[in-house]
Amino acid sequence: MIERAHVLICSGSMCVSRGAKSLRSEFEEHLTRLGIRDEIKLVNTGCVGLCEQGPFVIIYPEGVFYALVKNKDIKTICEEHLYKGRIVEKLVFDEAMTDEKEIKAFDEIKFYSKQTRVALRNCGLINPDDIEEYIARDGYRGLGKALLEMTPLEVIEEMQASGLRGRGGGGFPTGLKWKFAYQNESDQKFVICNADEGDPGAFMDRALLEGDPHAVLEGLMIAGYAIGADKGYIYVRIEYPTAIEKLKIAISQAKELGLLGKNIFGSGFDFDIEIRLGAGAFVCGEETALIASIEGGRGMSRNKPPFPAAKGLWGKPTIINNVETLANVSAILYIGAKEFAKIGTEKSKGTKVFSLGGNIKNAGLVEVPMGTTLREVIYEIGGGIPQNKQLKAVQTGGPSGGAIPESLLDMPIEYETLVEAGSMMGSGGMVVIDEDNCMVDICRFYLEFTVDESCGKCTPCREGTKKMYEMLEIISSGEGTLEDIDRLEKLAKMVKSSSLCGLGQAAPNPILSMLEHFREEFEAHVVDKRCPGGVCKPLIHLEITKDCIGCTKCATNCPVDCISGSIKQLHEIDTSACIKCGICKNICPVDAIISV
Amino acid sequence: MKSLDDLKKIRDAAQRKVTMRGKNEGTRILVGMATCGISAGARPVMNKLVEDIAEKDIPNVTVTPVGCIGECAIEPIVEVLEGEKRTTYCRVDVDVAERIINEHIIGGKVVQDNLIGKYRL
Repeated sequence: MIERAHVLICSGSMCVSRGAKSLRSEFEEHLTRLGIRDEIKLVNTGCVGLCEQGPFVIIYPEGVFYALVKNKDIKTICEEHLYKGRIVEKLVFDEAMTDEKEIKAFDEIKFYSKQTRVALRNCGLINPDDIEEYIARDGYRGLGKALLEMTPLEVIEEMQASGLRGRGGGGFPTGLKWKFAYQNESDQKFVICNADEGDPGAFMDRALLEGDPHAVLEGLMIAGYAIGADKGYIYVRIEYPTAIEKLKIAISQAKELGLLGKNIFGSGFDFDIEIRLGAGAFVCGEETALIASIEGGRGMSRNKPPFPAAKGLWGKPTIINNVETLANVSAILYIGAKEFAKIGTEKSKGTKVFSLGGNIKNAGLVEVPMGTTLREVIYEIGGGIPQNKQLKAVQTGGPSGGAIPESLLDMPIEYETLVEAGSMMGSGGMVVIDEDNCMVDICRFYLEFTVDESCGKCTPCREGTKKMYEMLEIISSGEGTLEDIDRLEKLAKMVKSSSLCGLGQAAPNPILSMLEHFREEFEAHVVDKRCPGGVCKPLIHLEITKDCIGCTKCATNCPVDCISGSIKQLHEIDTSACIKCGICKNICPVDAIISV
Repeated sequence: MKSLDDLKKIRDAAQRKVTMRGKNEGTRILVGMATCGISAGARPVMNKLVEDIAEKDIPNVTVTPVGCIGECAIEPIVEVLEGEKRTTYCRVDVDVAERIINEHIIGGKVVQDNLIGKYRL
């Protein structure tokens, strides 16, 4: 039987956590009951990207995009859409409906039409458990071309011509990195895929591994061929069980077809890939710490040079590339460096995947050409800020990056421009911060993270992050002085310049960039003893104004019974007992409770 | 995997699996599949269309079930959309479906016998 319709069920981690796991069996049940099971193909795909609206079901050939799908909806979709051909309008993603009640196809939605998908080219479109679907989309053609028609040096030159730079954060030119390892002669070399994604709020690599694992494997093999390595490792954290499972399936399928193993494509090139699980330490995303972890040691970084390209894993020349970089590598070999270099800007070629999160409507995974402005990403793709609140800043690069204020939103996204603005590309976490957030508190959050994740080997990072965290605590409690802010800034600069590895060198970035762009907020905490965002609890004082109608709602709901007053009388808060939970403020029908 | 040809063979065979997913700018065949259409026998008609297209390897043609077209008395109804051009067939059975594929889709000649104009003017 030939299938007349394909039902794509998003099975990325986000959708699964929102209940997508049982959708398939629901489909099986209802399609079988209707007697049309064999006419319809069910495909579990990787992340579709618009995580905020998941779980998704996309039905082809029409390309109808159903969002927020629940188990009980499947019966309707089967009976109406698949059996009778009537699209279930109430389940279609809002933005996919035009005012004339016409239904737009999946790729015509604004969220997607503004994107350019290179690394994510197959994500959400193919079944990651089926190597044939990857091959059907021209997968492994790039590898074949490299092995049969190009010398390793030509592959490296192609990579250099493409202008591809590392997508893990630093932005080092990939081709150049390969060239160093190529030139270092050795009996054994290694390539490593760095899948130790650790930024809070980042999930690009996970989505890529879950949605299109072969694109990463192919990139790793090409890298191996280029530098002369026959062994590759994928270092992935154990916190990504689905990604690990998909990788294992992909590796075994590639082996079965002879795309991994001995004499690939009859070219004489042998390659093997092994998965190594990390325990989930942020520092292991740093190259030398990652190598130490694979070798079985404790994940700690060491001095560079020697760089891994000269002395890496077990002392052999090694290159380490990020997941997204490798997915770009396989694309470049297939479409050609020239085509790839047409995307992006002069110094930053290609696209970048971002995981968009925080106070944003369409949280999810987006891939845009370099040079796109932050405003376009946030307002046109991301849909803006919920409840029409004011945007305060965008944090890129996670705990190693910085905050970009609203005034710089029209800046194009490039490696250099982001650094100039006091932030960095990072691996691609993009957290949108609205007016109801406190910048001191956000700094405190990131520093708490880096204190936890510091490996402890070098003093500036081990002691410095802890001290900076303590200073932020003092400032946010209202006990700080203006001198504290100056000392914090001085210490931050010191830690930045004297730490051993990227973790410590970048840990002060949130503080430095926020001091640059939001210094007045820090000063409000120490001078006015006020938290402008209304977040820092010690600085919040709740008060009941004369508008109180004496409805007793606040008193009834207060968890610590600190509100007194009788019916139809003005109520009062005993501030010494108040825990500042804000329940009374939210529940008051006449907004008579304010924080001062 | 011994050569690029091996890969191409797998690719060509596998491509049918995924061509449906993407922009469909070619010919669309719509089959009226509301309750009336189904009871009049639209399902085997649609299956026949799908099978023939696959068997004959016709590119850029998709078959889509659609809702009630409104002419219940002359179901099953099949519409062929080629850009702006719309051809509506009615009282289509499996044999007519085969003719639509052979004569209209492949041959480019409308199957006059079942045009809606024969039944309604």
